[in-house]
Amino acid sequence: MVLLFAEVQQGNFKKTTLEAATYAAKTAELLGVASVAIVLGEAENAAELGLYGIQKVYQVRHDHLKNFDNQVGAIVLSAAAHQLEASVIVLSHTSNGKALAGRLAARWNAASISGATGLPTLKDGVLHVRKGMFSGKAIAEYALKSEHKVITVMGNALQPLQHGALASVETLSLEVPSPKIKIKEVKRVEGIVPLPEAELVVSAGRGLKGPENWGIVEELASALGATTACSRPVADSHWRPHHEHVGQTGVAIRPNLYIAIGISGAIQHLAGVNNSKTIVVINKDADAPFFKAADYGIVGDLFEIVPKFTAAVKKLKA
Amino acid sequence: MKLLVCLSKVPDTTTKITFAEEGKRFDENGVTFILNPYDEWYALVRALELKEAHGGTVTVIHVGPSANDAVIRKGLAIGADDAVRIDATQSSSLFIAKQISAFVEAEKGYDIIFTGKETINYNRSEVGAMIAEYLDQPFISFANHLEINGSTATLDREIDGGTEVVEVETPFVVSAAKGMAEQRIPNMKGIMMANKKPIKVVPPVPFDEIAVPVFYELPPAKSGVKLIDADNIEELVRLLHEEAKVI
Repeated sequence: MVLLFAEVQQGNFKKTTLEAATYAAKTAELLGVASVAIVLGEAENAAELGLYGIQKVYQVRHDHLKNFDNQVGAIVLSAAAHQLEASVIVLSHTSNGKALAGRLAARWNAASISGATGLPTLKDGVLHVRKGMFSGKAIAEYALKSEHKVITVMGNALQPLQHGALASVETLSLEVPSPKIKIKEVKRVEGIVPLPEAELVVSAGRGLKGPENWGIVEELASALGATTACSRPVADSHWRPHHEHVGQTGVAIRPNLYIAIGISGAIQHLAGVNNSKTIVVINKDADAPFFKAADYGIVGDLFEIVPKFTAAVKKLKA
Repeated sequence: MKLLVCLSKVPDTTTKITFAEEGKRFDENGVTFILNPYDEWYALVRALELKEAHGGTVTVIHVGPSANDAVIRKGLAIGADDAVRIDATQSSSLFIAKQISAFVEAEKGYDIIFTGKETINYNRSEVGAMIAEYLDQPFISFANHLEINGSTATLDREIDGGTEVVEVETPFVVSAAKGMAEQRIPNMKGIMMANKKPIKVVPPVPFDEIAVPVFYELPPAKSGVKLIDADNIEELVRLLHEEAKVI
């Protein structure tokens, strides 16, 4: 049996959970076993996981599950895996998913893949899974030889695929210890799609010359429905908040479209964005290294190009 | 306070990645190895700051062969008091976590175990969580701020789309992200001292590898950039819509 940890954020499933559900369903199909999900705490739309191929949803409700805690999560999930006789646990490669996966691998003595970039394959009866390495500069294929396996699915590695019907939801009673970590406060960036989940990203660098010029970047992002990002020097100079910094030491992303405006493309920046499906580079310097990693490029003055770009996008969408 | 910082050896960020033996192994020829930046800049420096403010010791630990002593010496040069090297060549996350937690169980008394948020070669972010599970301790991942008052620590951790402020009692395991501290450049005295500080070599505990890399390959090369005239932005929008199908 393949068991999905269906991560809930603020009462709902995010796209990353639906991608992991699709991954779990496909893995179960490959292995010829059932696919089930476990939900810790409340979720409004638990049955909808069925639409992504999950056959049954188990919900664990407990006061101790109000906030996610990786230590409690590992205890509950491994007990569920034991009770349901699961052989594979699939999670999203989110902040919580990564922490839980590591703990589960240790607790359950499971071979683990952190950040799978493609669906598994079977070779001589052994499950093989691929993941990115060296910040996207290479791919490694692993053979998972143990009885138990834990896989986290990289965001945007596959598209959520609707092909089933609503799943039945059953309550699972398990012992839930109290968490040792107390959550004092949660600060959420409201109103925008967080960078790791964004499909379209408009990013700018030092070429913008100063924070007062950011309006043209935001207008393009808004015309596209994209999330804004920035390079390290921009975040370090406090032109933009740190959570917008993409690159080696910032957030690593893999959107469908990454538009880099006035960013030269230092290797540390590329490490965080080079898995984007399509890259557009706008830079006045034709020798900027970013053009080598780009699909489309425009050489010229960004202050002229970006407003025209915004106008052309609006025209397309009109 | 007794602090332990886990160090990894990784290829320098600018390394051109190539593989040998038809992709069976990473080609280390001509590669410069460094101390993993997250371990060095954030985890180790914050541990040293805590020691400076509250007293105690900072020990660095590494799982690897003696050829890796240079990265351990770097940690000592930055200011760690002493070092432990578990003498093994395996590199799976579970193997490394098993070795470090076995050492901690034998040695006892570490208040905080630090790791970087991930290594820049494998990008796995797993070892901290695994050590915490083996030791049955809380794990705070992606922390960019850490203060301690007696045995109570307050941390900010990055979550998807925001920040969580948490409180936890020692002992615990933490993975350090950008913002937890500022990089320190070792000075001449530190480098001289590092050669005199002890590196304790410990044999590994037995552990069977269960996830093995079969082969490595490079991602398909980009077909090359398509340049569009700055006066013809509508063509770019058309290509993004009709060819790339992303808008």
